[in-house]
Amino acid sequence: MMQRALRLLAPLAIGIVFLAAWEAIVRLRGIPPYILPAPSAVAQSLWVDGPSLFFSLLVTLRITLAALAAAAFFGGALALLFSRSRILELSLFPYAVILQVTPIVAIAPLIIIWVRQPFLALLVCAWIVAFFPIVSNTTVGLNSADRNLLALFRLYGASPGQTLLLLRLPTALPYFLAGLRISGGLALIGAVVAEFVAGTGGAETGLAFRILEAGYRLAIPRLFAALFLLSLTGIVIYLLLDLLSRRLLRHWHESALAEEE
Amino acid sequence: MPPTATVVQLRGVAKRFASGLEALGGVDLAVARGEFLSLLGPSGCGKSTLLRIVAGLSEPSGGGCTLDLGAPPGAATTGRIGFVFQDPTLMPWSTLAKNVELPLRIAGRLGSAERDRVAQALAAVGLKGFERAYPHQLSGGMRMRASLARALVTEPDLLLLDEPFAALDEITRLALNDDLLRLWERHRPTILFVTHSVFESVYLSTRIAVMTARPGRIAADLPVPLPQPRERGLRLSPAYAAMCERVSAALAAATAPPVQ
Repeated sequence: MMQRALRLLAPLAIGIVFLAAWEAIVRLRGIPPYILPAPSAVAQSLWVDGPSLFFSLLVTLRITLAALAAAAFFGGALALLFSRSRILELSLFPYAVILQVTPIVAIAPLIIIWVRQPFLALLVCAWIVAFFPIVSNTTVGLNSADRNLLALFRLYGASPGQTLLLLRLPTALPYFLAGLRISGGLALIGAVVAEFVAGTGGAETGLAFRILEAGYRLAIPRLFAALFLLSLTGIVIYLLLDLLSRRLLRHWHESALAEEE
Repeated sequence: MPPTATVVQLRGVAKRFASGLEALGGVDLAVARGEFLSLLGPSGCGKSTLLRIVAGLSEPSGGGCTLDLGAPPGAATTGRIGFVFQDPTLMPWSTLAKNVELPLRIAGRLGSAERDRVAQALAAVGLKGFERAYPHQLSGGMRMRASLARALVTEPDLLLLDEPFAALDEITRLALNDDLLRLWERHRPTILFVTHSVFESVYLSTRIAVMTARPGRIAADLPVPLPQPRERGLRLSPAYAAMCERVSAALAAATAPPVQ
């Protein structure tokens, strides 16, 4: 009980102290808001521009979630293919690595030229960043089945399908979920980077473009407000995926077992 | 089927791994139906390798292994062999019932009759009431019992046990020795039991094959003429002590470095 309260209160106290110091320094030094706005100014901007920023957030969120879903699906499917065929893994995996290590900022302009539909172009960018942890983690997971259990499945004449369904997939689940948690944050980063590069204006304006726009106009409090919303979104995505992981693994995996058990 | 029928016939079984390691150097052994045979030898003498060859999980690089499980010719041997590893080797994501029913599920039949057999197998190893428990909730001894139940659920003709109790504490180990004997007396499967404990092998088996150090060979083949059924009191009897001494001597002779 003490531990839990501490876990919540300690970071909260640090946050409050930090914000108060920030506010005090800005006020005492008379720092202009276009250099560093006080937290109160950011909060005010969040209140005033909140509705329009929230609408932009939804645009970015849609790209992020679609990219994460695509990464989970194609990443999982590719890992499954890799685990079925060693040749396929050996020949394709290096290219997955190349795709992963090439900075997304560098390829985004190309993708935006090639893929005409803006939403799809942003989706592809976010997906490229997000899918690798899922592929590599799930591939390791699918190949991590216990040797003796594999022997047992052979002894009882299990088909490859049965071995996959009853042994390899459950073994891979914690690995897949760990990959998914990393990919959740990466999908958001990918979406933001792609929006920066694409710079879409008009009706469908994502949060990243609002940050750029606020920067150009020296509306720094609004920039901070957008940044705040972005971080909050990242945290919420992480917490939701963490919760999902704990729910799915709560009966058996070390990572999700209560300590007293 | 006459009780003297040979279930396992090994002729000159040799195993050399790709690394060049010679694990088995020509093993000849015949195991009769209903026998409780212990393979006794030092660590790394290829006992486990031999067991895997009998199970068909590993191919010998020389010699041959034939099984006669009493099934009609051409019938599948699947499910007629049970295997227990040194680790319980349970699926951590499944309840005990799901773990024990695995062989039946793989065979494709899962009806009320099968569920009854799962319940019976769990009851037979003293795990009644733990059907819905997960492996991590149990002690090492209970996990090993569950592993035994899984091997028994198909009512195998041949039970292969690879040092199943080596990792357990003394108290649990003695209790499981007795449980294994009761199960053997009830169903009379042929048992091949790998161990490096002289006392365990004498207490449990009807016959002991002592193996040499790597490459493994059968150095001595000793029947254990102690009275059946075996009870705990036997461990204190002079006959048991004398037998242990004989087996120890045979093991010492088998593992002694060769005289140049």
